[in-house]
Amino acid sequence: MQQPNRLRPFFENITFEREDNEAILNFGPQHPSSHGQLRLMLHLQQEMITKAHPDIGYLHRGMEKMAENMIYNEFMPTTDRMDYIASSSNNYGFALAVEKLIDVKVPRRAKVIRMLLLEINRLMSHLFWLATTALDIGAMTVFLYGFREREYLMDLIEDYCGARLTHAAIRIGGVPLDLPDNFIANLRKFLAKFPQDIKDYEDLLDKNRIWLMRMENVGVLSKEMALSWGCTGPMLRASGIAWDIRKEEPYELYDEVDFKVPVSDKGDNYARYRIYMQEMRQSAHILEQVADMYDKVVKDNDTALMAHSPRYISAPKIDIMTQNYSLMQHFVLITQGMRPPVGEVYVATESPKGELGFYINSQGGPYPYRLKLRAPSFWHTGVLTDLLPGHYIPDVVSIIGTTNIVFGEVDR
Amino acid sequence: MRTYKPKDNVQAKPYYTDRFYVSPQVPKQDVSSDEVFASDLTVLKENFTIHDAYIQIGQMVVYINASDNYKVLKLLRDKLDYTQLSEMSAIDWLAKQNQFEIFYQLLSMEKRKRIRIKCFIDKDEAINSVEKLFRSADWSEREMYDMFGIKANNHPFLKRILMPYDWEGYPLLKTYPLEGDEFAAWYEVDKIYGKEAREIIGPEIRDTARVDRYDSERFARLGHEVPKGTKITGNEQKQPLAYQEEGGVFMIDKFDENKSIIITDRDR
Repeated sequence: MQQPNRLRPFFENITFEREDNEAILNFGPQHPSSHGQLRLMLHLQQEMITKAHPDIGYLHRGMEKMAENMIYNEFMPTTDRMDYIASSSNNYGFALAVEKLIDVKVPRRAKVIRMLLLEINRLMSHLFWLATTALDIGAMTVFLYGFREREYLMDLIEDYCGARLTHAAIRIGGVPLDLPDNFIANLRKFLAKFPQDIKDYEDLLDKNRIWLMRMENVGVLSKEMALSWGCTGPMLRASGIAWDIRKEEPYELYDEVDFKVPVSDKGDNYARYRIYMQEMRQSAHILEQVADMYDKVVKDNDTALMAHSPRYISAPKIDIMTQNYSLMQHFVLITQGMRPPVGEVYVATESPKGELGFYINSQGGPYPYRLKLRAPSFWHTGVLTDLLPGHYIPDVVSIIGTTNIVFGEVDR
Repeated sequence: MRTYKPKDNVQAKPYYTDRFYVSPQVPKQDVSSDEVFASDLTVLKENFTIHDAYIQIGQMVVYINASDNYKVLKLLRDKLDYTQLSEMSAIDWLAKQNQFEIFYQLLSMEKRKRIRIKCFIDKDEAINSVEKLFRSADWSEREMYDMFGIKANNHPFLKRILMPYDWEGYPLLKTYPLEGDEFAAWYEVDKIYGKEAREIIGPEIRDTARVDRYDSERFARLGHEVPKGTKITGNEQKQPLAYQEEGGVFMIDKFDENKSIIITDRDR
């Protein structure tokens, strides 16, 4: 028995046996394959898990509380820190919720740029998922390949907004910047070689004996369990429910692009892996179409990037610098913040991890009265309670891997 | 005399609001404007008391009695195809009417519709757990308890989820300040070093934006740094810019600010 003291609590990282031969294993919170600060308390019979108890909150920063004390535009960079693997999708979810609340129309050029950012983020997130999960299972090569391709995308994002991880690349009412020169050319260069890259990963993994042993029939998530636990995104689609918010409740320009929603009825790790791979193909396909859309927008000389709504959104910079009234508006909006109408809104978008929802209750003030962040990973962590029992310890790693949880958004 | 500040809501306040400013409202549509919602509502009305129902930004909002919450959600799940509980949480209205508002955000994939079921409970009143209907409520209700102190009856494991188990106070209440209360300021000091170290260490500074211009130990005196604990007289020497580790070892040997090259071209 350890001697507990204040600096070293007795329960940390130990196993002990009781009379019924049940052992309790603490997995994490600093385990490299827990993808962040996840602590799992696993009750074991030999190597089989009988009970799993995920413990979260190690990265809790109180974003909902922060939101209540910030003006709407101020909160935008905070949303970056939720799912920091694909920050623009969080920015977008929040921007869309506020836009619905204040009822503004986003110009087409901004929509096209947002689509590009969202799909690049999806690819970045999926590549990151593939790389880290493969690493957990022991496929070092795929890890290096995945990060190599992700680097191209990070460079593209860096060209656009200057940041690589926390983009804050979307504003309420549009986007702050137009695409830089060569962005579309570089993107096309990437898209030309990317299908071959996906094929490389699949050649390495699809029929790899170790990969199959770790993935096939492991972590089978039934349809009922997925629905009941609020699972969304690839987790839900791998369990046999064709539900993609981009398709079912189209936002932005998703109703104008052609893409398929991959579904599997297996529900195991391998099904999820296949869904991620197929989604990457679909994202690349969407990006090709959106790149053409951007060319058309340029040809039409459609230059507006921010919605026109003087009550809520600052005028373009040139107006602010030349017109007194725009300057006054801008000053008030920056110092006091916009005051959306009284009401509430819940907007769900399909982030790379699943349904990302923003519930905003506005009481007409410059601060949200209540803001609830519905992060998909929160429930994908919760489902581990029911998913892990019956599996063995090594399966825990591959199951956590395929749930694709990010602790920035679990703990918020 | 100190000015009076209200204690029932200590969140950020706008520093200026026009006396005659009237907030616009997000328009509410009648439920009869949408067929699917209208038929759902008639089924609900046959079985339960409905206080109010309207459509706002494409989603139906229905106010029910708090005691009906389990039955209403069961009906919605089993009969009306609302198979997923996307989200549930509470809103603090204690300052205004001494009540919490609880909302359940439901999704029907069959109908492609989302509805929000809402109810009010008094302070210190508990709500029935819906964990038996939707497993996702297990964690949502724990989070609600953690953040607001609202208890859920019949919940299998109602413990804090995001905050530490031994935390005191409920962070999302409007009476709870952003940087935490007094308990929060001493929590880590007590936990790591023990209560006896309070006088030596002092309370944790939880306001990350705080800048103390008389601070002689932090970044506030950049370029005029002095040893820790020195009395500030105002005649401090300007320090040359150099990178140094704590022990006094220079990390960059012979660094000369004037001779160094400043790179402007990124792709040099």
